[in-house]
Amino acid sequence: MKERLVVIGNGMAGMKVVEELLAQAPDMYDITVFGDEPYGNYNRILLSPVLAGEKTIDDIMLNDIAWYNENNITLHSGCKVDYIDRLAKTVSTNDGAKTPYDRLLLATGSKPFILPVPGHELKGVIGFRDIYDVENMLETSKAFKKAVVIGGGLLGLEAANGLALNGMDVTVVHLMDTLMERQLDFTAGAMLRKSLEEKGLNFITEGSTEAILGEDRVTGIKLKDGQEIEADIVVMAIGIKPNIELAQKVGIYCERGVVVDDTMLTYDPNIYAVGECAQHRGIAYGLVAPLFDQARVCANHLVHKAYLAYRGSVTSTKLKVTGVDLFSAGNFSGGEGREEIVLKDANSGVYKKLVLNDNKIEGAVLYGDTGDGAWYFQLMRDGTDVSDIRNTLLFGQAHLGDAGHGGSNVMALPNDAEICGCNGVCKGDIVDAISAKKLFTLDDVRAHTKASSSCGSCTGLVEQLLANVLGGDYSAAPAEKPMCGCTHYPHDVVRTAIVDQNLKTIPAVMKYLDWENADGCASCRPALNYYLICAWPGEYEDDSQSRFINERVHGNIQRDGTYSIIPRMWGGVTTAKELRAIADVTDKFNIREVTVTGGQRIALFGIEKKDLPAIWADLGKAGFVSGHAYGKALRTVKTCVGSTWCRFGTQDSTGLGIKIEELTWASWTPHKFKFAVSGCPRNCAEATIKDFGVVCVDSGYELHIGGNGGVKVRVTDLLCKVDTEEEVMEFSGAFMQLYREEAWYLERTAPWVERVGLSSIKARIVDDAENRLALFERFQHGQKFAQIDPWKERAEGESHKQEFTPLMETA
Amino acid sequence: MNNWIEIGSVTDIPVLGARIVRRGSANIAVFRTSDDTIYALENKCAHKQGPLSEGIVHGCRVTCPLHNWVFDMQTGEALGADEGKVPTYPVEVRDGQIFLSLESAGNTSEPMAANG
Repeated sequence: MKERLVVIGNGMAGMKVVEELLAQAPDMYDITVFGDEPYGNYNRILLSPVLAGEKTIDDIMLNDIAWYNENNITLHSGCKVDYIDRLAKTVSTNDGAKTPYDRLLLATGSKPFILPVPGHELKGVIGFRDIYDVENMLETSKAFKKAVVIGGGLLGLEAANGLALNGMDVTVVHLMDTLMERQLDFTAGAMLRKSLEEKGLNFITEGSTEAILGEDRVTGIKLKDGQEIEADIVVMAIGIKPNIELAQKVGIYCERGVVVDDTMLTYDPNIYAVGECAQHRGIAYGLVAPLFDQARVCANHLVHKAYLAYRGSVTSTKLKVTGVDLFSAGNFSGGEGREEIVLKDANSGVYKKLVLNDNKIEGAVLYGDTGDGAWYFQLMRDGTDVSDIRNTLLFGQAHLGDAGHGGSNVMALPNDAEICGCNGVCKGDIVDAISAKKLFTLDDVRAHTKASSSCGSCTGLVEQLLANVLGGDYSAAPAEKPMCGCTHYPHDVVRTAIVDQNLKTIPAVMKYLDWENADGCASCRPALNYYLICAWPGEYEDDSQSRFINERVHGNIQRDGTYSIIPRMWGGVTTAKELRAIADVTDKFNIREVTVTGGQRIALFGIEKKDLPAIWADLGKAGFVSGHAYGKALRTVKTCVGSTWCRFGTQDSTGLGIKIEELTWASWTPHKFKFAVSGCPRNCAEATIKDFGVVCVDSGYELHIGGNGGVKVRVTDLLCKVDTEEEVMEFSGAFMQLYREEAWYLERTAPWVERVGLSSIKARIVDDAENRLALFERFQHGQKFAQIDPWKERAEGESHKQEFTPLMETA
Repeated sequence: MNNWIEIGSVTDIPVLGARIVRRGSANIAVFRTSDDTIYALENKCAHKQGPLSEGIVHGCRVTCPLHNWVFDMQTGEALGADEGKVPTYPVEVRDGQIFLSLESAGNTSEPMAANG
């Protein structure tokens, strides 16, 4: 017999757990859901847009009644559970019916806090919590004119804005001197007040409600200072409290909320709690983002996998008032040992404040320009050391370079503006998909629209769209992002497990870490293959079926299914003999096009796959090896002619480039890796937009790291200056090895450097000579096994013949 | 069903890999999964005609090497947000040898596990 799961509460938290259960173990439980409200599950955070007339109830429905039927879930809507018999393991409802359970999930949410002042029970005094409240407000606005909202926090302001949009004359009474004082500092609060006043709202701050006036229906409120304000409706939006009435009544241990451990289990071993009713490590969250994390953990334990733990969430908020851009996260009010960085431009209505603690972002308030909210939030959740970028931090991510994508307010763009240039996805498509298909995460959007799923340069824009459509509770950047849909584990955990647990094959990794799809997918298999190559040089046997086609056949697949190849030209230097060999194969194999590349080499295009080994054989005779132009590998070492020819050259940049290329070629890396060596600061080899750039100067060599000339143009950071060529080699190898061991698969050096911080890299490469040497030695050790020309192997060997010949030819 | 031809043995195809059967200008991609199931599909992605035989095979799916469309090899249907279909061909494995019918079966292909 199936186990019985009873869920009390039919809101977002409870249903998220149920959805996770259905995805992971659809047949494990008989599920019964009790909900107070007579609806399916709807997106409570979007009640404000419904009130404002921007969305309808149908728009915000997440699971309609049909969904419960389709998934064989028994739903008792409009039905209140009033007792849990924890010994007999049954719940009983107000109609006397009893339902037995094996596991019980409390997801009772929260209740609006109603001020216990005289008159609080009058007709027309409501909270702002559910569809009923919204409908009540909409009804009232048709017949009456005056509204008072008590509470100038997020919810209160959204209610006030909605009532005003419905034609009511609204006054907000707030106890504190600053609006949204839990999210905003004084300056931002004042700017917000000003723009809301311009929208027609009235404010009374430092106003304390003494009584609500009226006989049967509310007529107004009276403040402690004697002031009276007329009102036909009073909305109490001073906060929420976890709804723990039922839990308390049956003796489940509660403080502010139902106390749970890191697995979302209450003090009763058969009863879990998630969402706003739960209190975890002293915190009862009132936002939706933590609830998703909690639901994932809870479901993981309900299906007996039991390896996830909830460790609390960092939250951010965004006011859902159209035309007001406001974002806040974390501790923004500073304090002992905290530093503040502030940008204020009152005329253009922009205010940004970041609070730093020990060079890490601890809080952020953005007003007027919230485009970088998601980025700051990610830096905050990742605990990134920002000391290297703090002087430009407030100007936003665009200032770090993102090919002109940043800085724009994406919501201001028309619906037909193209957001994803790779897949041709417009803003309207994305917004529609988020609303219609109930998408909540970047991965959801990628799966449903393809936006941001190719080069990823529009990721920031897509995240902004998500944040704007969903409101502030959108979970911008989970600190622990799983590698792909096949696993819950992020890259770092997988890499650590490979080394610590001595995992030496892809199946071993998948088994140890409970991979959800046998064979993984096209995203995780290449990553795992790389991680194993990096961890076990000489031991791990490269799995060619886990390689992307280009790396499997050592050429670049083109749009018509033919291939291009680029032989290596060491340091960009070539000879007549090499050029003749290229000319000869071009004629012999009717190669359709020959181009000169940006990496100082020559590319041959339009080659049939079956011809590749023969072409490589001919090129090999002239001394050519693979240029790895197809790989997540060392690509080119670009050089200028240097002191050999150039009147400005200070060192032999060409010769040094060749030495570096001889050291590093054939090395596999998390993503492609490009070197350049310039002979003087004129920097003709463009070394400062390369992964590793050497700029020769009269007294030695400047070493630059983390540059990029592609998707996101990024100028390198100066690592250090060294005196000799030997040092250049040692630092190059050590840097490459650190990148190889630490970066996530498909993470270029530029984002990696930004993620771990320049200082951290300097500490391990420049300041710690012993560590540098160890890295360099590990690099050289790996190269012993890597530096085998794959073209030669395939031109000569029988072992790869299958790859290049059809199974059969038939008429 | 007519037109069955013997195209080679299961072990001629790498595990989680594919080989092609050339048929004039058109190609049929023949895949082998990790449990030695064999599938045959036209070697043309429904999106931009990418050679599916060069894709990464996972489960009974293959990911096109050009733009990452994913197809169910049994039905030929595109998965996820993409919509499209690639013709499938019936295959049978007898004593480790693969037999392919050159008449496209649409979605009726019933793959057989290798028994050799």
